[in-house]
Amino acid sequence: MELVLSAAIGVLSGSGIWLILRPRTFQVITGLCLLSYAVNIFIFAMGRLTVGKPPIMPKGGFVNTANYADPLPQALVLTAIVISFATTALFLVVMIASKGLTGTDHVDGSEPTK
Amino acid sequence: MMLATEHLIIAPILIPLIAGALMLLYDDRQRKAKLAISVGAAVALLFVSVELLNRSKGTPLSGGNEISFYLLGNWAVPFGIILVLDRLSALMLVLASLLAIPTLIYAGAAWHRQGQHFQSLFQFLLMGLNGAFLTGDLFNLFVFFEVLLAASYGLLLHGSGQLRVRAGLHYIAVNLAASLFFLVGVSLIYGVTGTLSMAHLSQMVVNIAPSERPLFHAGAAIMGIAFLVKAGLWPMSFWLPTTYMASAAPVAAMFAIMTKVGVYVILRLSMLLFGPDAGASAGFGAQVLIWGGMATMVYGFLGVLAAQGLGRMAAHLVLISSGTILAVTGLALSGGGPAMLSGALYYMISSTIATAALFLLLEPMSREEGGIAALLALTSDAYGLDPEDEEEEEVGLAIPGTMTVLGLSFGACLLVLGGLPPLSGFIGKVAMLSGMFGNGALPPGLAWTFLAVLMLSGFATIIGLVRIGIQTFWASDSSPPKVLAMEFAPVLLLVAMIALLTVRGNDALRYMDATARALHQPLIYSDGVFATRRVTNGEDAQ
Repeated sequence: MELVLSAAIGVLSGSGIWLILRPRTFQVITGLCLLSYAVNIFIFAMGRLTVGKPPIMPKGGFVNTANYADPLPQALVLTAIVISFATTALFLVVMIASKGLTGTDHVDGSEPTK
Repeated sequence: MMLATEHLIIAPILIPLIAGALMLLYDDRQRKAKLAISVGAAVALLFVSVELLNRSKGTPLSGGNEISFYLLGNWAVPFGIILVLDRLSALMLVLASLLAIPTLIYAGAAWHRQGQHFQSLFQFLLMGLNGAFLTGDLFNLFVFFEVLLAASYGLLLHGSGQLRVRAGLHYIAVNLAASLFFLVGVSLIYGVTGTLSMAHLSQMVVNIAPSERPLFHAGAAIMGIAFLVKAGLWPMSFWLPTTYMASAAPVAAMFAIMTKVGVYVILRLSMLLFGPDAGASAGFGAQVLIWGGMATMVYGFLGVLAAQGLGRMAAHLVLISSGTILAVTGLALSGGGPAMLSGALYYMISSTIATAALFLLLEPMSREEGGIAALLALTSDAYGLDPEDEEEEEVGLAIPGTMTVLGLSFGACLLVLGGLPPLSGFIGKVAMLSGMFGNGALPPGLAWTFLAVLMLSGFATIIGLVRIGIQTFWASDSSPPKVLAMEFAPVLLLVAMIALLTVRGNDALRYMDATARALHQPLIYSDGVFATRRVTNGEDAQ
């Protein structure tokens, strides 16, 4: 499981970084999305990998924490997803405005002169 | 009224939140009402911050370092999220509200008419700033950073236009990437230590297993990148001049404190986590901060010398200012002593106010040159002439002796930023340098290099600003521009703050000194946090 997860994080962030460095705004935004997926999975993995364990503990009495998944990274991931979703949406709006104002989808607002 | 004073700590977050949300309900044409709410909220914020500042000074009995806490949701430390108020965060709160009032008044003259929801976005920016200054928890810090960034994206695009949209595109892309770095760093630190509370971390850092320590350092370094991008450390600062230049004048003035958020977090975290008591981690990152900070100063002063316009020059001055404080933070981490840090804090306050004043001066000064700024101002007037705005003319009271007043304020900014006597820039630099040499713990080569870079950057600032000043005030034969009183009062207000900071320099430096000494003793912070008890039902009833 560790191998699959780390491979997924690696592939996602690698392709994300490559796309961010591309000159077209659509590539950049796709890259940011992929990168944020990679980061979200990474946060999740930082709570240690467990299978079939609930994150919510019963109230009162002795609780053996070994039987439960760490709930905090899951809460963090939830927040991170919401925030990156919102900012990506905002970025999309700016991207469209830039395309409308400059007539090109190059990140610098003008085609490079050859 | 025990309840009210206890809850005052959360007021700097709630006031802008409520004011900003309230203004969303108003139609955008009711600008006067919005302006009144906005300025009112900022003034209330100033009163609250000053009260909090007084509280953080504490009584002589407690050693003058009163730290107050607010347990959000009343969860016990370190499980819940807390707000922490100490001298440094109170200082930053006051600085933010002091900048907000003049900026809002300035925006009220013309700029707030250029687009929608300016005032609400501005309040949300303040909320994010104040939250970032107050929080005692890394993930909460991330949330407040995103709040302030989201508001700043909107503010940067305020007024629209091709230039702003292009700069905004770059700014948002850079900051989104930086936020992802922040998340990776935070989760690495959580993975190693199992906590996100800053106070808890500062206690645990000594006891991290040697095999885990590199991971912890990696997490801290990755997280640091996110803050250093905001603070504009040299190789990560190329986005900054273009962005600041493109943004509207009042927005740029408020952005002068945005770099300081990055600086604040670096200062707070590095002193808490990597201070002298941190065992094997002591001094981690100090070299990066020292050399990176000095490289930023060099890049800044080269930019000042090369800049053709005041806008680009002012943006590079922001870089010099934050580079100086980052370098001093690094020097303090490697034993520079509290006296030097207190000088740097004083310098930070005065240079932030002066750059904000410069950004506000920029547009009236270049109006007569007929450049882009004048065009923008013209279009803004055209935009703003709604049928409802009949009474705008009476607001548009022009000030007499425009050039004299403009020139004098410009001169005051020049003196502060260049570090010339008699104003506060000089006092700050002297305090920094005398602290550094008086302590004597730093290698002489390093100390002298810092002195040289600091002096050179001041010198370059003077050359650059004097050049612009001569062009604008002496060598121009066009008729003086029409500057509204409402645009000018804020600049005078900022200059008056600088003057006050100079006249009351002794008191200010004493406060900074105690702040710097408290920063050198992370135990005050962490023990204070852990001594906090939950409010029980019995106490709640009072």
